[in-house]
Amino acid sequence: MLYALDQLINGLTLGSIYGLIAIGYTMVYGIVGMINFAHGEIYMIGAFLTLIAIVALTTIGLVAIVPILVIALVVAVVFTAGYGWGVERVAYRPLRGSFRLAPLISAIGMSIFLQNYVQLMQGARVRAIPPMIAGGVVLLRRGSAQISVSWMQLLIVGVTIVAMGGTTLVIRKTSLGRAQRACEQNPVMAALLGINVDRIISLTFVMGAVLAAVAGFLVTLYYGSIDFFIGFLAGLKAFTAAVLGGIGSLPGAMLGGLLIGLIEAFWSGYLSIEFKDVAVFATLILVLLLRPNGLLGRSEVEKV
Amino acid sequence: MRRLTLLTAATLAAGLWMSALLPAAAHAEIRIAVAGPMTGPSAPIGEQFRRGAEAAVADVNAKGGVNGEKLVLDVGDDVCDPRQAVAVANQLVNHGVVFVAGHYCSGSSIPASDVYAEAGILQISPGSTNPTYTERGLETAFRVCGRDDQQGLIAGTYVKEHFAGKKIAILNDKSAYGKGIADETKKTLNEAGIQEALYDSITAGEKDYSAVVSRLKFQGIEVLYYGGYFNEAGLLVRQMRQAGMNTVLMGGDALVTQDFWTITGPSGTGTLVTFSPDPRKEPAAKEIVDRFRQQGYDPEGYTLYTYAAVQVFAQAVAAAGSTKLDALLPVLHSRSFETVIGPLGFDSKGDVKGKTYVVYAWKDGKYDQVP
Repeated sequence: MLYALDQLINGLTLGSIYGLIAIGYTMVYGIVGMINFAHGEIYMIGAFLTLIAIVALTTIGLVAIVPILVIALVVAVVFTAGYGWGVERVAYRPLRGSFRLAPLISAIGMSIFLQNYVQLMQGARVRAIPPMIAGGVVLLRRGSAQISVSWMQLLIVGVTIVAMGGTTLVIRKTSLGRAQRACEQNPVMAALLGINVDRIISLTFVMGAVLAAVAGFLVTLYYGSIDFFIGFLAGLKAFTAAVLGGIGSLPGAMLGGLLIGLIEAFWSGYLSIEFKDVAVFATLILVLLLRPNGLLGRSEVEKV
Repeated sequence: MRRLTLLTAATLAAGLWMSALLPAAAHAEIRIAVAGPMTGPSAPIGEQFRRGAEAAVADVNAKGGVNGEKLVLDVGDDVCDPRQAVAVANQLVNHGVVFVAGHYCSGSSIPASDVYAEAGILQISPGSTNPTYTERGLETAFRVCGRDDQQGLIAGTYVKEHFAGKKIAILNDKSAYGKGIADETKKTLNEAGIQEALYDSITAGEKDYSAVVSRLKFQGIEVLYYGGYFNEAGLLVRQMRQAGMNTVLMGGDALVTQDFWTITGPSGTGTLVTFSPDPRKEPAAKEIVDRFRQQGYDPEGYTLYTYAAVQVFAQAVAAAGSTKLDALLPVLHSRSFETVIGPLGFDSKGDVKGKTYVVYAWKDGKYDQVP
């Protein structure tokens, strides 16, 4: 029982990170109908910016942990948002209206470019920072065994809830969100009604990049070591999460992320660790067989 | 107009003269290569390879080269990816190299060795320890490092003697190297009547091993043998310490790089590693080690092994008087070579004779031999 609770916490933490990255995939797909394969790299850039900011702030002699983290988060979010905007501007906008595969290929190219760019600028070696936030709270104690949640795990789940809530609020309640929903439903009509569709699409990429930067920030703090290659596997898992939850659906991305995190944790907790990834992708196949649009996805009406 | 023609003629003549010179220059050199993960997750090891080979080539050339011919070094990057390794091997063959010091990951060296064998090119690996590399009867495959079966024997014996009665888990990363070394250690332990509590594989390249760590924690694992590379080993140690565990991690020669300590920080203290007796402490290495340190680089891990691989080649060519494989092989198998890591001789398979491993422990960012 204690053990299951421990794995539940592990799964929720991991799933939150997957979910945050998955939202970027799902939002972009919702509006432009393409998979932004460079999104994993955007997350990696967010992680690197966090690390650079933390190292820089520590070097100039700042010791208080809260300002360091806040400044690092702001730096990571602002610059990563810039990358998100730039990627859309350079690699996708010129190809809008082109045939369907063109932006996809462009996205894969962008992903390879960003990976190599970071490798050349930052080096191939692993970058690491010492643990910033240690300790945690003990939840349950039974004899010698105890279950504790680290502050870092609480922070991850907390930040994820806030980020999710914020994103949902923007999309549901603001004029930007209304414009985004309009562009998703019918870009031509939205344009006729005076919405600047290109600008809305840019902003959608920026929002996705912001969430990826938050994920990169949390991962850097939690695991403490990053390299230029982390975007690949994380991007793959998050993309799987987005498809599992129903691509185009915001709560679906979060649900998919949590589900994958939980499957990974419980599978490696009780069954063969070796077959963890097999379990994840087998679940994906099963879900897609039963619900081709994912768990919370809506069936797309083919526009003629 | 007239001047222009003259100029053209002069340029052409200069060009002809240059091109006449080039083949002559190309003739007086021996093209060799170092191959390993120059980029990718194992790039720090690739740097050790490259630095070792560059220093050896420079030193050989400074002494007048081999038989009056200078060594020229190509660098091949395989990213520790078996497919890349084959592509790089073919590329080096096409470049006309006669010797390759490489590769690093056993999963890369093994497929690449087939390419070299077919082309009749000598390959000496500074770091591929999987037994399969020399077990397939390829006459071109040599190594200056030990083998995983020796390494597993030492690791298993150490665990048996120092951690008697403790709960043991064995994990690997599914790579040719990691699984090979984990299996050899398991074999040694099982033959001694010790049964591990858990044997499993993890996915390399991930960041989150908390589920695995929780499992180890609740099973009360006290010793974890991990077969794999430094990234995952470092993360496992760090996450075990964060979960409040004191479990000792023991690993293979892939953890002898400063990058392991970069990941773990002080939490890596006490991590055990099997590696050959530290080549930096060999008397024969003193001069070159000092020279590396003056340049601000500590020749850790495989640096000196790569240096030694190039030395072996140079001495074999000098003794054989030729770079032809037929002339080199009898020399390689028959005599001993004076290298920076001590005298080396090769058995009929291409393995180093009498190579042993010792156990090191990480502490304060350094690894030191444990008694």
